[in-house]
Amino acid sequence: MTTAVPETLSRGQRVMHLGPDQLFATASGLRDDGFLTAVDVTAVDYVAHPGRNDLPADVTPERFEVVVLLHDHQRCERIRLRVQVPEGDPAVPSLFDLFPGTEAMEREVFDLFGIVFDGHPDMTRILLPEEWEGHPLRKDVDTGRIPIQFREAPEPR
Amino acid sequence: MSIEAGTTMDLGDAERVHRRDGSAVLRVSEAEARDLAGDPDNPDDDERMILNMGPSHPSTHGVLRLMLEMEGETVLRTKPIIGYLHTGMEKTGENLTYLQGPTNVTRMDYAAPLFSELAFSLATEKLLGIEVPPRATWIRMLMCELNRVASHLLFQATNGMDLGAVSMMIYGWREREEVLRFFEKVTGLRMNHNYIRPGGVAADLPDGWRDDVRRLLDLIPPRLDEYDTLLTGQPIFRERLQGVGVMTPAEALALSATGPILRSTGYAWDLRRDEPYLAYDQVDFDVLVGTYGDSFDRFAIRLNETRESLRIVEQILELMPDGDYRTQDKKVTPPPRARIDESMEALIHHFKIFTEGFHVPEGEVYVAVESPRGELGCYLVSDGGPNPYRMHIRGPSFVNLQTLPHLMEGGLIADAVAVISSVDPIMGEVDR
Repeated sequence: MTTAVPETLSRGQRVMHLGPDQLFATASGLRDDGFLTAVDVTAVDYVAHPGRNDLPADVTPERFEVVVLLHDHQRCERIRLRVQVPEGDPAVPSLFDLFPGTEAMEREVFDLFGIVFDGHPDMTRILLPEEWEGHPLRKDVDTGRIPIQFREAPEPR
Repeated sequence: MSIEAGTTMDLGDAERVHRRDGSAVLRVSEAEARDLAGDPDNPDDDERMILNMGPSHPSTHGVLRLMLEMEGETVLRTKPIIGYLHTGMEKTGENLTYLQGPTNVTRMDYAAPLFSELAFSLATEKLLGIEVPPRATWIRMLMCELNRVASHLLFQATNGMDLGAVSMMIYGWREREEVLRFFEKVTGLRMNHNYIRPGGVAADLPDGWRDDVRRLLDLIPPRLDEYDTLLTGQPIFRERLQGVGVMTPAEALALSATGPILRSTGYAWDLRRDEPYLAYDQVDFDVLVGTYGDSFDRFAIRLNETRESLRIVEQILELMPDGDYRTQDKKVTPPPRARIDESMEALIHHFKIFTEGFHVPEGEVYVAVESPRGELGCYLVSDGGPNPYRMHIRGPSFVNLQTLPHLMEGGLIADAVAVISSVDPIMGEVDR
């Protein structure tokens, strides 16, 4: 396993900080180490909170962060991978080949954040309709009144 | 653990390639599915068809839609289509204060609302770094275990109904209603309680709560024995469930399945025992596991987990401590009504908490609890403000739904109903 990955503790929980190119190798090493389950894959858009202080000094903050939670049931250990994903190229390698359970979660992140998982077998929207425009959990998508984006919706009166 | 020592829990590389290429998951769009189904007018081209099930089907537990690729009566591949109940609750959560948060998350898993509230509250408390008083912890445990009973009773009811034991539906709902009546007395509402809040619970248990709980403890166990007679021993019911929708522990772990689905494969994993939260390390209960990983094991586990929960409730009755039901930290808990008339500071605190909300230190945290459906996690990111910067709920139903195509692969269409029912998805939590 590569040891170059900076590791921190967040409220007592183990967190690893990586770039997109390190994700697959690190996750693969952790899986061989006993972390057989990817409990969760999610993302955070940090555009409205640029000065976050919980990153190690040598990690460059980017707009998006993909958060992968791995779990080793045998040893009762959890580890969280925080992957910095740049705004210009929002793509990370898919973990589907390591953990088939990430299929739906990666689709959800793609749907709501617009982050592409390279190598995912079915990178399509999962919660929103296929023809939906935009990615609503991004911070630059405002709440409030939005146009109705459904087929056959009646014209506004 | 009923698994032999030395059994590898890793899925193996060959199996992973199978997941991608010859998988049980149908990964096509609707237009492609139309081509796949062949020409309905050509009698020679009738081997495969695409069958649409749901979203409004009585056996799909809400609005789950399935696209089934069929050969005769055999299910080849399945595509679960979800999102019909998606209302952007994670986005809504970013615009609510931490005190308003539970009102939002409680609407996710509407059959077990207290667990979402608990996960959110525990995550907030972890970010705040506060401890809740022991009585609040034990009240939370009491309510959650009763909620587990109610949720599993609902499962017994719908599982019976899906398989044709319609009378079971009436019985399950009847007993669940008894539990909900107690919830109404404590929280004011049958569902969507907003009872567990950061800092404790909304109100102390009402006078006479022991009698009410005691009544439930006297009422439900004999009824569970009746279910045993009605369902567990009934040959038709067993035939419909045994050997249907089988899964191995390695598959369940690789697909991130948790809760009764993982336990049915023989893998003893329960967050209450293995990563104790609240005061679960001070009560005695058994983690139930299955042997075959089939739908019957999942049914039996939930039925017997109901008994274990009641056993925990019995111990809580003995061990419930006295004291405060919420923390006395003035920054988190609003002052009592009477103090507002006397104290300027109390008035200010009250005003600040209900207008702006309390500020939570910067950071991120993940907290998981064992909901009736599996691991319910809450990932919270705070930027130091009064609203969560990001609030993500890891819904066990959403993740467990991925096992559906694998459980149904090669089975009969009639068994699909049994499999959906035994996965027990709550669509409010799947779609959020």
